[in-house]
Amino acid sequence: MLQIKNLTKIYDGGVKALDNVSFDVPDGQFLAVIGLSGSGKSTLLRCINRLIEPTDGQILWNGEDITKASPEEMRRIRRKIGMVFQHFNLVHRSKVITNVLAGRLGYINPAWSLLNRFPKADMEKALKQMERVGIADKADHRADELSGGQQQRVGIARALMQDPEMILADEPVASLDPVLAHSIMKHLEDINDKDGVTVLCSLHFLDLVHRYADRVVALNAGQLVFEGMPNEIDDKKFKEIYGRDAERVG
Amino acid sequence: MDDKNKKASPWKSLQFGLAILAGLVVYAYGFQITKVDLEDLRSERRQESLSRVMRALARPEIFEYEQQEEIINTPVYVTCPASGAPTIAEPDKSGPYLIATPACANPGETVQVEGFNFAPNTNGPLRFIPGSDPLNNVALGRDNVQTDADGHFSYEFKLPDRPSDDVQYIRATLRQNVGAPHLTQTARDTWEKIIETVFLALLATTFGTFLAIPLSFIAARNLMKPVKSPLASIALSILGWPIGIVIGFVIVRWIESLSSPFAGNILINLFAIIVIPILVSFGLRWALPQEEITKPSSRLQTARLAVLALTVMVAFFGLFQLASLSTNLGAIGTTALGTFGFLGNFLFQVGDIVSIITPALGGIAAGATLSSFMGRLGQRSTEKLSTANVKIFNLVFSTLAGATAIGLIGQLVRSLYLVNNLLYTLWGPVITGALLGFLLALFTKPKDTLPTGMVIYYVTRTFLNGLRSIEALVMAIVFVIAVGIGPFAGVMALGLHTIVSLAKLYSEQVESIMAGPLEAIQATGANRLQTIVYAVIPQIIPPYISYTMYRWDINVRMSTIIGFVGGGGIGFLLQQNINLLNYRAASAQMFAIAIVVASMDYLSSVLREKYV
Ligand SMILES: Nc1ncnc2c1ncn2[C@@H]1O[C@H](COP(=O)(O)OP(=O)(O)OP(=O)(O)O)[C@@H](O)[C@H]1O
Ligand SMILES: [Mg+2]
Repeated sequence: MLQIKNLTKIYDGGVKALDNVSFDVPDGQFLAVIGLSGSGKSTLLRCINRLIEPTDGQILWNGEDITKASPEEMRRIRRKIGMVFQHFNLVHRSKVITNVLAGRLGYINPAWSLLNRFPKADMEKALKQMERVGIADKADHRADELSGGQQQRVGIARALMQDPEMILADEPVASLDPVLAHSIMKHLEDINDKDGVTVLCSLHFLDLVHRYADRVVALNAGQLVFEGMPNEIDDKKFKEIYGRDAERVG
Repeated sequence: MDDKNKKASPWKSLQFGLAILAGLVVYAYGFQITKVDLEDLRSERRQESLSRVMRALARPEIFEYEQQEEIINTPVYVTCPASGAPTIAEPDKSGPYLIATPACANPGETVQVEGFNFAPNTNGPLRFIPGSDPLNNVALGRDNVQTDADGHFSYEFKLPDRPSDDVQYIRATLRQNVGAPHLTQTARDTWEKIIETVFLALLATTFGTFLAIPLSFIAARNLMKPVKSPLASIALSILGWPIGIVIGFVIVRWIESLSSPFAGNILINLFAIIVIPILVSFGLRWALPQEEITKPSSRLQTARLAVLALTVMVAFFGLFQLASLSTNLGAIGTTALGTFGFLGNFLFQVGDIVSIITPALGGIAAGATLSSFMGRLGQRSTEKLSTANVKIFNLVFSTLAGATAIGLIGQLVRSLYLVNNLLYTLWGPVITGALLGFLLALFTKPKDTLPTGMVIYYVTRTFLNGLRSIEALVMAIVFVIAVGIGPFAGVMALGLHTIVSLAKLYSEQVESIMAGPLEAIQATGANRLQTIVYAVIPQIIPPYISYTMYRWDINVRMSTIIGFVGGGGIGFLLQQNINLLNYRAASAQMFAIAIVVASMDYLSSVLREKYV
């Protein structure tokens, strides 16, 4: 169970990106986060694994307050939270296999990382995860030789290496074409269904939300403006979320 | 708009005119200061010496021939004897001979010397040999005489002011090349020094690069900005450094004393070198498991810590044994290997260096370990203790840390400036430090984190910028004083300059890497070290290689002149020969420099193309 309580983030410049946001996410849920560009979706997801330090509020995960965790505790927490990014964020010059193995870094003793050594079990695991997302044949390619869809699969495989209990996906399909978008979303759905991993996924397209999400939260200018089922978003709600001039497409 | 422009135009042209005037004044003053004077260049004396130098430079002293000399004298009287014109015996005309006409004259009068039967196309000096003191002879004319195809020459000169009643002589020393050309001593010296130069640049670049890499990480804003820690953690880690260094140093010295009884025995050395790595690898593998899913029990953790400490101590023992082995083999090799004795010497020196720096290494390692351990202790105390207790904790340890840090700086001042006043070097700094620490703890909220990373960043930057602005040549002067004249001083100077300038360039590369992968690696739970290894290093390899090569180019160039101030390399010879007006030798060295710099340029561009 993930509980967000009165979460506020004010950036150094004074921008209030999150304004007193509270909601709960039960284990195993596929939660979509929607909102206009700049509404604070990325900020919210990054506060959860503290890539961004929240200014105020609490994030309780299984009863433990993530905002109060020490660096060592944070390492232990982060390794259970996979993250998938809009721009994939692979290390371009490294091999695909290395990018995937990097998912294990939270478990590996840092002393061994200096020597660039991973246990054999991890190597096998990496191959299995790459097979699962369909890129096993690319293991020895450099990451930047892959197409966007393939790179995002590497990103998912990297997250899977963490044996995650939760995946944060920040617009995972925004830079992909619609066909690829569905294939990536299906991987996330599969992970959510089969492995029972909680997924928090920010999305731009409502059809994707309807198709994949169990529940939706919507942000507008850092405030939570909607929380409910995807099919509850009628025209009125839509205008609340996206502004009065917005038109529904698709 | 137009109106405005029109109004402004007289004012603008006035400004423009004033700017030109100011420029003129600046350049006029510049001419005055730098003594620009082409008149001097036109003077005959200048032109003559210039062309002489250019001629010498055009003939670098690289090859020479064995030379055969023909030395022939002819008698001459300066002031004719009272008895009238002297009778000069007919010279032996079967070989080369000289005839001076007239055979007697007053000082300053012109005499003609003719040579016959010399070897054709040879040259050499004409000299006047005083009868009383033959060593104190006088060169006649600036140029050598030159025989024609028949072996004849004719030359006029003024007699020097060396009157004497005795017979004196004019001597022609004509030299002739025989046999095949061979390398001159200059060429051989130049070769030796140019090799020294290249290696000087190589060592400086290598050491510089190695030390610049870690520095570049702590001089990169994007890596240091997120580094924040509570005051308790900072204070304890500051205290950890000196304590750790002392402990580490003492322990490593103790290990050295354990190792030294076996130092001379190569068999024991070898045995240790083989067994210890195995032990160490077992120890490390047990003490540092590759992966840990659940938190180990505290008893297991303690046991691991103990094994780790023991392993490190064994490793240091091995290091000393390795140093002894290297020294021993080196000592044998130096004599036994003949031409390749330098390999032996290398081993010997490496062994020596290892045994000298190992205690320091141990000190630094222990300092870093204790400091990070105590830092973590501080972190944990801040989390666990109540706010009031943290405040007290902070006050106590911040005071202690401030006193220690500034007290140590005071000690440094004492040893640098030989101040012998305890008030200035001990009590003053300690009290100031304690006060500063106390005030810092008083005014920070107990559980707040401080931007440690940015403080380190600014200190490092300042230090780098300061040192970078000092030219390597100036650093070389300092090092020549510190370690004596020779290439080692040059290596130190160039190395230091390489460190600071590369660290700056590198850190700019670190600052411009893509933030995305960094974020992604951090999100997996990787710690700072792992983030650097997996997200930063892969991104910076190409620019690092290209900057290192660029620096290698600079170092080769610098190493050719660092000898001017005694830093070793070819510059020393060059400067010496210029000072001795030995331009032909200097020319050989300039050629060598040109060849080396050009070929290094070529080499590095080839490498760059290949790897970047
Ligand atoms: N590092 C930062 N410093 C200052 N302001 C920031 C920073 N990052 C984001 N912001 C601001 O915070 C607000 C929320 O940004 P955020 O990136 O969370 O929006 P988003 O919903 O993810 O938008 P998008 O859909 O375009 O990704 C925006 O107004 C943005 O300008
Ligand atoms: Mg975003």
